[in-house]
Amino acid sequence: MSELRTEEFIVNMGPHHPSTHGVCRLMLTMDGEKVVNIVPVIGYLHRSMEKMCENRTYAQCIPLSDRFEYVTAMSCNQVFSMAAERLAGIEVPERAEYLRVIMLELNRIASHLIFYGVTAMDLGALTPFLYGLREREAIIDLFEMTCGQRLTYNYIRIGGVSRDIPPQFVPQCRQTVKTIGDKLSDYEGLLNENPIWLERTKEIGYLSPGLAIAYGVSGPVARASGIDYDIRRDDPYSVYDRFDFNIPVRTGGDCYDRYLLRLDEIKESLKIISQALDGLPDGPVMAKVSPNFKPPAGEVYARVENSRGEMGVYMQADGSKKPVRVKMRGGSFNQLQALPAFGTGVLIADIVAIFATLDIIMPEVDR
Amino acid sequence: MTWTIAFGELHGIFTWLHGLLVDTGLGQPWLNIVVYGALGGMVFGVLCLLALFLVWWERKISAHIQQRFGPMRHGWHGWYQTVADAVKLLQKEDILVTTRDRVVFFWAPVICFVAAFLAYVCIPFGDGLIVADLNIGILYIMAVTTFTVISLLMAGWGSNNKYALLGGMRSAAQIVSYEVPMVASILVIVIFVGSLSMVDIVKAQSGLVFNWFIFRVPFGPIAFVTYIIAGTAEANRTPFDIPEAEQELVAGYNVEYSGMKFAMFFLAEFINLFTVSAIATTLFLGGWNGPILPSWLWFLGKTLLVVLLLMLFRWTYPRLRVDQLMEFAWKFLVPVTFANLILGAWFKYAGWYW
Repeated sequence: MSELRTEEFIVNMGPHHPSTHGVCRLMLTMDGEKVVNIVPVIGYLHRSMEKMCENRTYAQCIPLSDRFEYVTAMSCNQVFSMAAERLAGIEVPERAEYLRVIMLELNRIASHLIFYGVTAMDLGALTPFLYGLREREAIIDLFEMTCGQRLTYNYIRIGGVSRDIPPQFVPQCRQTVKTIGDKLSDYEGLLNENPIWLERTKEIGYLSPGLAIAYGVSGPVARASGIDYDIRRDDPYSVYDRFDFNIPVRTGGDCYDRYLLRLDEIKESLKIISQALDGLPDGPVMAKVSPNFKPPAGEVYARVENSRGEMGVYMQADGSKKPVRVKMRGGSFNQLQALPAFGTGVLIADIVAIFATLDIIMPEVDR
Repeated sequence: MTWTIAFGELHGIFTWLHGLLVDTGLGQPWLNIVVYGALGGMVFGVLCLLALFLVWWERKISAHIQQRFGPMRHGWHGWYQTVADAVKLLQKEDILVTTRDRVVFFWAPVICFVAAFLAYVCIPFGDGLIVADLNIGILYIMAVTTFTVISLLMAGWGSNNKYALLGGMRSAAQIVSYEVPMVASILVIVIFVGSLSMVDIVKAQSGLVFNWFIFRVPFGPIAFVTYIIAGTAEANRTPFDIPEAEQELVAGYNVEYSGMKFAMFFLAEFINLFTVSAIATTLFLGGWNGPILPSWLWFLGKTLLVVLLLMLFRWTYPRLRVDQLMEFAWKFLVPVTFANLILGAWFKYAGWYW
């Protein structure tokens, strides 16, 4: 009996698809329900941010950087400010550094809470999404109280932060930290031991450490594959070296470990915030910086640990008030490029699970 | 006359109607058409109202699980929100894909809608409140509820859309697979009652609450649990809502449907949900048996409890993958239900039951 010949067909997942988190288009070559090949098509959200930076002063780049990765806009502010500060040799006041750390970690938690909700929603459980967003709302309220913005903060500026926190911030922040710590056990109870959840995520989308390094994958995705690398500890910036926290690492490399690792990270971030609130010094929050300052000619690469991996900015200065060249690096880009290498051979439903646990956000890919 | 037994608490109205019709001097075949037409209209009306209620109820329950309010604007806690939605869908433009298969595309929602109602011919809503007490009742129900598969396949094929086709194929595979454990768990009850008639099954559970089949240890509870699992899959609900997995297939088989055609799929889905729960009530929870309150109220209350259970599943669990779903049906549910069937038959043979 001759073998039955089946025909492969192409399914365009996106750019308008409920589970591609934005305008990502995946060209899936399918053999029935099985995915044979993946071609990510990017560029639907390209805004030429790198070129736009070349026509702005350093200070004008900061509000633009909010749009680089809007789920954790604080990190983008931070990495741009760090690059400019290192070029110009600006000293940041200590209180500003502490505030930066608090905001960065709060934003990391907010991002991971979105991850928690969205991943559960992509796998069919609609309820956790609302729970995740409810806790995120408390954090967003804190940001709104501090800088008046809920998504694009423009808070961390070159030389410090734009304004000091209001007096009710510290007690409310402590309360939020406590609430999230309590609610985390609810989240874990909802999904961690759920047999259907385990079926859907365990041993799905295994990313080997070698492949992760080859594609430059970083952040939680790499740490879930057993790569013990975190810029907050290995190349400390701001005042991260003063705090006591662990870098959670898991060796499974599958969707389940990527999910668990982010929950672990939330706990560590809560620890950092508590310590930073305890040790918050008094003093100014902004160094004296001219709006049109001219850093000396040179180049610098600044990087921070974002919730989606290493976020970096390479900046070149020629002594004028505008940067000559800016290059941005986002963790999502590398993770998306690695997807065809380890994501094939699974069913279309697993693509959704893998894509969700990579936690890709498209503006960071397209810039 | 078969239909005279079939009114129960509405007997007075129908005797009056019958007398009225006999006076006009119509022959018996015409009388049957009129009376069954009236009965069908009543069942249809009640079920449409129920479907509208279930949509609202599900929205409220999901909202309260998710710490929201849900519909609040139209009436008390938004009770006529679904009526407004239905009216809105009626006015919507009926968008037709140019590459569709005209005949198949048109008939798919119609068949889906009609098939959803067919089962209610022999579901006893109360003491004697049954359209026709067929002696093959449960067999008939199992047969007609499978019509839904045809309509979903037709919708998938007729839309000429890859996502819709995937959804249609998935639903065919899923419903056909889960039909087997479903029937096997129902057969246990049939063995004990010795009849396929729904009325006989309910009568076999009369008396105390321990006469309900769910409490007849050990085969009863097992059959109930397997039936509920298979029934969730039959009704295409989470964790088995693979055919319309919105995160993978956008909307599955009904992705190209809009306006009233979509509403027909949507309402049929909720009527199927009620069907599954009504069968569970009839077979395992004593049907309309209950003290003091009218029998139809007992039936409705028990059925809505089962519906609530299915809704809680939906808003708590993630979705299974399509191959895991098949494995679960064939490697777990089918062996368990057949073992349960043999166990039940053995109990019956040995006389170990009450």
